[in-house]
Amino acid sequence: MTGALIVTLAVLSVIGYYMGRSKSVASVSGEVHQLHSRPGYYGFYVAIWTALPAFLLFVVWQILEPQILRAFVMGNVGPAVSELPPERVDLFYRDVVAIATEGVPSQVTPDHEAAADHYTSLKSLGTWSFVAFVMSLSVFLFAFAYRKVSPTLRARNWVERVIMGLLIVCSVIAILTTVGIILSLLFESLRFFNRIPIQDFLFGLQWSPQTALRAEQVGASGAFGAVPLFAGTFLITIIAMTVALPVGLMSAVYFSEYAGPGVRGFVKPMLEILAGVPTVVYGFFALLTVAPFIRDTADALGVATPAQSALAAGSVMGIMLIPFISSLSDDVINSVPQSLRDGSFAMGATKSETIRKVVLPAALPGIVGAVLLAVSRAIGETMIVVMAAGRSGNLTFNPLDSVTTITVQIVALLTGDQEFDSAKTLSAFALGLTLFFVTLVLNVIALNIVQKYRERYD
Amino acid sequence: MTDTSSEAIDKTRVHQSEAAARRRKARANAERRFQTYGVIAVLIALAALGILIFSIAGAGVTAFWQHSIKLEVQLDEAQIDPEGTRDLDTLRRAPYRTIVRDYIKGMFPEVTERRDVRTLTKLLSTGAVTELREYVLANPDQVGSKVVLHVPVSDDIDMLLKGQIDASLPESDRRVSDQEIAWVRALQDKGLIEREFNRRLFVNSDSREPELAGIWGAVIGSFYTMVVTLALAFPIGVMAAIYLEEFAPKNRFTDFIEVNINNLAAVPSIVFGLLGLAVFLNTWQLPRSAPLVGGMVLALMTFPTIIIASRAALKAVPPSIREGAVGVGASPLQTVFHHVLPLAMPGILTGTIIGMAQALGETAPLLMIGMVAFVADVPQSITEPAAALPVQIYLWADSPERAFVERTSAAIIILLSFLIVMNILAVLLRQRFERRW
Repeated sequence: MTGALIVTLAVLSVIGYYMGRSKSVASVSGEVHQLHSRPGYYGFYVAIWTALPAFLLFVVWQILEPQILRAFVMGNVGPAVSELPPERVDLFYRDVVAIATEGVPSQVTPDHEAAADHYTSLKSLGTWSFVAFVMSLSVFLFAFAYRKVSPTLRARNWVERVIMGLLIVCSVIAILTTVGIILSLLFESLRFFNRIPIQDFLFGLQWSPQTALRAEQVGASGAFGAVPLFAGTFLITIIAMTVALPVGLMSAVYFSEYAGPGVRGFVKPMLEILAGVPTVVYGFFALLTVAPFIRDTADALGVATPAQSALAAGSVMGIMLIPFISSLSDDVINSVPQSLRDGSFAMGATKSETIRKVVLPAALPGIVGAVLLAVSRAIGETMIVVMAAGRSGNLTFNPLDSVTTITVQIVALLTGDQEFDSAKTLSAFALGLTLFFVTLVLNVIALNIVQKYRERYD
Repeated sequence: MTDTSSEAIDKTRVHQSEAAARRRKARANAERRFQTYGVIAVLIALAALGILIFSIAGAGVTAFWQHSIKLEVQLDEAQIDPEGTRDLDTLRRAPYRTIVRDYIKGMFPEVTERRDVRTLTKLLSTGAVTELREYVLANPDQVGSKVVLHVPVSDDIDMLLKGQIDASLPESDRRVSDQEIAWVRALQDKGLIEREFNRRLFVNSDSREPELAGIWGAVIGSFYTMVVTLALAFPIGVMAAIYLEEFAPKNRFTDFIEVNINNLAAVPSIVFGLLGLAVFLNTWQLPRSAPLVGGMVLALMTFPTIIIASRAALKAVPPSIREGAVGVGASPLQTVFHHVLPLAMPGILTGTIIGMAQALGETAPLLMIGMVAFVADVPQSITEPAAALPVQIYLWADSPERAFVERTSAAIIILLSFLIVMNILAVLLRQRFERRW
């Protein structure tokens, strides 16, 4: 239905383009130079009037339709349903939709079936009247625009204004995305903090989100203290940076100061392959090769280790970050002015002395920025830790132990069977908000440092 | 005077002294050490890449072939289609399980115990029955004649034949019993077990049975997802880049947009998944697990990349082009769309391909919107539940069966080859069309 509507609109606007264009040419009997704009602009004028308002309406309808439908359907159910607690009402409605769309409802009662019938009839009524409305709007606006086509119509200016508006709307989508992220995370997190106090979440030492089915069971409420997750994330990030920072930084120094063009041209793209490998592949690499290697080594040394150690996840994440740090630091080192190096050489310093005492200190702010960006990547990295780190929240700093991270818990909470609206599901959004906030702060600081650094030498 | 001259002499002596020679040597050594650190760092990185590629390729290469049993059966008309109507429904319900079991029982007449017969049939994949049925449904005219099919052996037997189950271990430590090994050896001696190219890996969709599982459904799911991503992220990204680079006034609002774009490019991907879950699924009620939603989430992730690349490409077009266009009477928009944009297109497309390659390998946001469900069908449209290639890899990596290890690696090899092709395309595009002014 929706596909057919869009195709019809597209066809109508193409027809509109050609009709508008030929009318403008005909109105000056082929003497195109007498038109205010080139004929194509008259075509676009008609085409835009035909399709754009109808399309916008269509988008708005797609977003509002579910809410409107729900309001109508739920407005019409008996008091037995409407007086249920809110989450039961949600469940009822989702079952109704499942029945109506031939999905799998969790329960079916006569109430459900009546509401589902109501839903189906309303939905088809709504869809058909909407299609009729959109089509008539489109045809009406087409007629309106077609009538207005005349040699004096400033079609180009109008079309260009519309396109300019479109360009601005597209750039504003970046803001809308950020706002959408913040609002959706904040909204769900606030609902979570209504049930679990925020200080318990931020400072609690116990993480076991499994809520029991019956209220009287032991530990029924679950424990939502996120400190073990923060500690695990921190531990894995530290391990990753211990691997990535020396290797990445030294290879950047080597590429920018020592390597000849041949080595640079061949080896650098090889390293960039590492940057293009999907994280799920790194995760599998950790499972397949690194974790067994670490366990066997530890066993040989007589240390008992679990299958999923922080060391395995952290070191593989470090490998992932090597090209990231290397290419950012390479840029930074390259933008240190040659005059600084020349001055140092003139004083008799060797190359390594110049690098250590002049180039690196000069590049330090940029390198710090690169490291902060890498830390932010490490904190937000998901697949490697989901596959190679553990699921249970141990509060430990032993790299051979199994730890869990913020991202692992988000995935664990939101995949598999979710109970809608439970504290367990909502806690994932609180974790997401924490994650977003921390990485945002890191990114803003890092981008600022890098920006200031660039300005200094530009 | 004498003081300074004697000092000068002292200095020369200082530079020629043994201590100075030692210092020089120490400095030269430090220089060499430092350079060696650099080489070591590069070698470590290259070694990591090498180990990554070789361990995955080594584990995955065996998945490209598979062992099958030659199934040579008489399609008895009385058994399959007693009424002779060749009605598809009758053919579908025929007792293929019995046919397969009787065939394999015929190989070993000495096996009579019920339990042993069941173990014996388990040498074959459950797909054997399905494939026989599919064959008959596709060729109803073959009923009554003798046909030869190659059906897969079960995953454990396949692992045994590939040498990944060590037959020298004590029986309790391996998944294949001595009896089964004896049967398999007997079948091998009869020449009934063959090694063939594993086409099922490419044409089948996901399955609980490793020997039947394939990536086709995931490839199609990924394809639909990428189509949605490209259709949204490319126009929006390019138009936003045009506005910001060519028209935006320098003010706080523009700065704010730029800060937003730079931040979005660094937001963890899983956060976009949470956005998709909260807004697209819960508020807008779009279908779960569908390529439509996956594509929308990935588009939000990709479009900052496209904007940044497009802006760089637009910036590289020299101002003289714009001045020339304005000089012959083009409006500002005509200048951009007729002159600047075509020249910037190769750079924009290169950036877009790289962004799409990132999106193709992205997994975490898809987990959030439910694309981890087990989907055994090829999706027919962008609103149907689907898997995606990286999610398929994640699911297989999570499966306990030994045979999924090699298939996971094989799926990774396939995903990586897609990515390599895309990146080569981007490089070629840049080399072929990029102009330097």
